[in-house]
Amino acid sequence: MTDNELRIKSVHYRKKLLKYIKKANAGHTGGSLSCVDILNVLYNRILDVTPQRFTDPARDRYVHSKGHSVEALYVVLADKGFFPESDLGTLCGYGSHYVGHPTRKVNGIEQNTGALGHGLAFSVGVALAAKKDKASYKVCTLLGDGELAEGSNWESMMAAAHYSLDNLAAIIDRNNLQITGRTEDVCEIEPLGAKLTAFGWSVRIVDGHDITALTDVLRAAPFEAGKPSMIIAKTIKGKGVSFIENDHRWHHKVPSDEQYEQAQQELNDLLDEMKL
Amino acid sequence: MGKANLEVFSQTLLALARKDRNVLVVTSDSRGSGKLLPFAEKLPDQMVEVGVAEQNLVGIAAGLASAGKIVYAVSPACFLTARALEQIKNDVCYSDRPVKLIGISAGVSYGALGSTHHATHDLAVLRAINNIDIIVPADNLETAQAIKAAAKMRHPVYIRLGKRPMYHLHEPGTKFEVGKAIAVRQGTDVAFVATGETVYHALLAAKELGKEGLTSRVISMHTIRPLDTQAILRAASDCRAIVTVEEHSISGGLGEACAAVLMESGIRVSFKIVGFPDEYMVSGSQMDIFKHYGISAQGLAKTAKMLLNP
Repeated sequence: MTDNELRIKSVHYRKKLLKYIKKANAGHTGGSLSCVDILNVLYNRILDVTPQRFTDPARDRYVHSKGHSVEALYVVLADKGFFPESDLGTLCGYGSHYVGHPTRKVNGIEQNTGALGHGLAFSVGVALAAKKDKASYKVCTLLGDGELAEGSNWESMMAAAHYSLDNLAAIIDRNNLQITGRTEDVCEIEPLGAKLTAFGWSVRIVDGHDITALTDVLRAAPFEAGKPSMIIAKTIKGKGVSFIENDHRWHHKVPSDEQYEQAQQELNDLLDEMKL
Repeated sequence: MGKANLEVFSQTLLALARKDRNVLVVTSDSRGSGKLLPFAEKLPDQMVEVGVAEQNLVGIAAGLASAGKIVYAVSPACFLTARALEQIKNDVCYSDRPVKLIGISAGVSYGALGSTHHATHDLAVLRAINNIDIIVPADNLETAQAIKAAAKMRHPVYIRLGKRPMYHLHEPGTKFEVGKAIAVRQGTDVAFVATGETVYHALLAAKELGKEGLTSRVISMHTIRPLDTQAILRAASDCRAIVTVEEHSISGGLGEACAAVLMESGIRVSFKIVGFPDEYMVSGSQMDIFKHYGISAQGLAKTAKMLLNP
């Protein structure tokens, strides 16, 4: 697929995740819109994993550590054929496997996440197993920036560097917002790049909505032999919908009927522009 | 006198790991207290050290297990089941990763080091979490069998070990099955339903009571979950009183688990839970603490007689 086709796909992913959040009257709107382009590039260009190969020990692994954006992951997995998209009509419903954070009950999901500060340690374990088995599969995980306040992440970063896990790439969805407000107001995490470098990771910064740049940086991992790779993806929480962008109150707010119509209209307009 | 259960754990694990290189042990600067120095020396590639980081220990263990490794995550029980409780709940139990969690120097094994180093809550918290078996071996035989059984388990398990040398309670070759209690002694006046390192003290109490013509059943309830409810109900039917004994808070452990079984069965029997009450723990060695709270031959015999002759 071309870059432009992926850009169009991202808009469709955004439209769909809003549709299912609206239907469920529940979901993490801001953070899901934020990470769509990252998941798009991972699943359509980087990860060697398919529904048919999901039990293959040699598959690439993706761990959605920032579990509070599972709606974006559901939409992408449905698009890749892991389950029928119609299943998402049960999102957050009674008896549904499609709950508000990732679980292994859903085909395509590697690990139950949602409590923060867990995905990176799990990913370190998988990457370490790959090293021990001399296996060549990649391990990728997506962290939230607010999530980095969990100290367990830093334990995992130390271990990943100690064991030279260059088969591990972590991406930070750096949208600068968490549920309470700006990450730097809640509890400052900058200078982030310097901290990560000091913890022994090879760090790159990328525009987290630029399909071409995301592709290039993810294909370039590992950036240095013997070091785990960290990608700080600069993103906009709520990306794609004017009134949701950069507003922490949309962390898990559901659009009203009018807001929903406006959001879909904005995304339709964007599609029209892109197709021209 | 046998070895410390921890020693038996280490030897059993080394033997398993020699046969299968997928067997890994993960430690949090705990190889010394886990008696794993020989393992580290002989099979360094099968040991993963994470430093003093119990949360990371459990998360990494879950990741390793997901990739087909047979993982024993070893850390003092006090830290493993408190500091890393969320990792146990989510990364291991909720995600159904068959990690073998080994809580070492459990209960009040660390004695005088104080309550930071005591694990008197672990059975309670783990009993309230879905999808984890809980095993508390009483002697060397139970320990070796539990460690071997864990290797084959496809779901999470917690094994709780002490550091004190243990007497042999069972004849060699005694059948050990997860979830099936072992009667160490038969009797019909009182039944001691005990677990872990307290079983030996229940046995001593039974001998004391024997001097007074009272017969005691002593049950090693080595598996706290799944609990052998039949063994409890048989004891309640056959005996006039039941005393449960555990190196744990009286809240949420073996005693309350037995009480629930009995209440729901409708069988009424004199009943007492022996463990640690809700108070600031007395200081002293493990044996000092046991004696203080009545986990001793004299203390348990006295409790039994109070139930039998109210």
